[in-house]
Amino acid sequence: MIRIENINKRFKKLKALDNISVSFEKGQVISLIGPNGSGKTTLIKSILGMVKPDSGKIFFKDEYINGGFAYRKDIGYMPQIGRYPDNMKIGQLFSMLKNIRNEPEENLDNELLKEYELYSMFEKPMRTLSGGTRQKVSAAIAFLFNPPVLILDEPTAGLDPLSSEMLKEKILREKKKGKLILITSHILSDLDELTTHVMYLQEGKMQFLKNIETLREDTGEIKLGKAIARIMKGEDPTGNFISEILNKNN
Amino acid sequence: MKLSRYVLYDILRSKIVIAYTLFLFVVSVSMFQMEEDSSKAMLSLMNIILIVLPLVSLVFTTIHYYNSYEFIELMLSQPLSRKRILLSEFAGISISLLSAFFIGVGIPVLLYAASDTGMAILFTGAALTLVFTSIAFYASVTARDKAKGIGSALLLWFYFTLIYDGIVLLILFSFSDYPLEKFTLLISALNPIDLGRIFIMLKMDVSALMGYTGALYKDFFGSGTGLLFTTGIMTLWIVIPLWLAVRKFKKKDL
Repeated sequence: MIRIENINKRFKKLKALDNISVSFEKGQVISLIGPNGSGKTTLIKSILGMVKPDSGKIFFKDEYINGGFAYRKDIGYMPQIGRYPDNMKIGQLFSMLKNIRNEPEENLDNELLKEYELYSMFEKPMRTLSGGTRQKVSAAIAFLFNPPVLILDEPTAGLDPLSSEMLKEKILREKKKGKLILITSHILSDLDELTTHVMYLQEGKMQFLKNIETLREDTGEIKLGKAIARIMKGEDPTGNFISEILNKNN
Repeated sequence: MKLSRYVLYDILRSKIVIAYTLFLFVVSVSMFQMEEDSSKAMLSLMNIILIVLPLVSLVFTTIHYYNSYEFIELMLSQPLSRKRILLSEFAGISISLLSAFFIGVGIPVLLYAASDTGMAILFTGAALTLVFTSIAFYASVTARDKAKGIGSALLLWFYFTLIYDGIVLLILFSFSDYPLEKFTLLISALNPIDLGRIFIMLKMDVSALMGYTGALYKDFFGSGTGLLFTTGIMTLWIVIPLWLAVRKFKKKDL
């Protein structure tokens, strides 16, 4: 559904994406994992056309994006930090998005709006909202138009446990509908039950894209967190160096 | 443009534009109240407009652009083209600044002095608002962070209101032995504020005091060609920075 061919992106000295080629298919839930600054958000933004790669091509439904914008109607995006016009009320924000998209009401997915009880806050201006509530609004917007592709950047950061659980349930329901879902998160335990594939990025390079079952077999760990920790230790040369010293001293 | 309606709504809700409208209104009304002679009042009003309008347009646009950065990001995740997003922002800001100007200055001018000069002031004010909003868009799209953006907006304002005139005066003094009338006409076009000033002044009686150059100007700007020339140059000053801003915005990483 999304195919990426040899994309490179450099921010001055920092190589944010280093020759990444990858392909995502329908029905997959892909966890993008990697240390801070490893290029996760840059990759997501490249797919959305917010960041323009220096070289390489991105295809959406086998069509080369090439600066176009119409394909974005099929993507629901939840940003890491959602900030909205200060003076706009929540209700206005939703009516504006509906107005721009012109989708008939019966195609809309209002589940999260109901679950998060956002309807009761429709009269509140965006500037008065807490970080968590903004996050809920972002989530509700991402799912609103029932898009076949969802891109969620740190979806559970800042949400209380109950809301975070609701969001996970929602993601699971969408997964069952056969949507393609891309998630980045540092809370690996959140991803455990959702994910079908893990993509690991480090310093802009893709280390691997593996089926979660394969990953579990390879590492012998059931928990995603431990499996990833094992890989990070095994592949990171500095990690080995430190453990060698520690072993010697012992 | 559905989008600019929301941008406009957001701006009108913030108190800055309302304060700006009130400020312009109070200044214009008090000018007309204090001066017996409405043409003298108009001259003072012109001087204030030529300084305040560019400054407010530049700074307000730059601040608004950076404050709506995340909003632009949200719009970019929707199926909308970058050109449309930026132009909607431009439309929203210019409509709100123009309405502030027409309410704050337009109403008093129409009430106290609905003359040729009054119309020239309104025309110039509207044109300068659009010109400097457009320039501010180019500056903010180019600069990476807020501080640099506002800094360059202020620098541009200094350039157009002070530095440019200083350079022009220097040139005129050093080459005062040569006939420079045509040349001054040309360089005035390179600064929208100077162009606006000349355009208004020549509608006033004071232009009689400007000697030979004034007569030449009056000849040129008094005619239909002069109006066409001013409109044309102002339009270029609006369109070119905006076009450059759109071009840059299309390639920009957000």
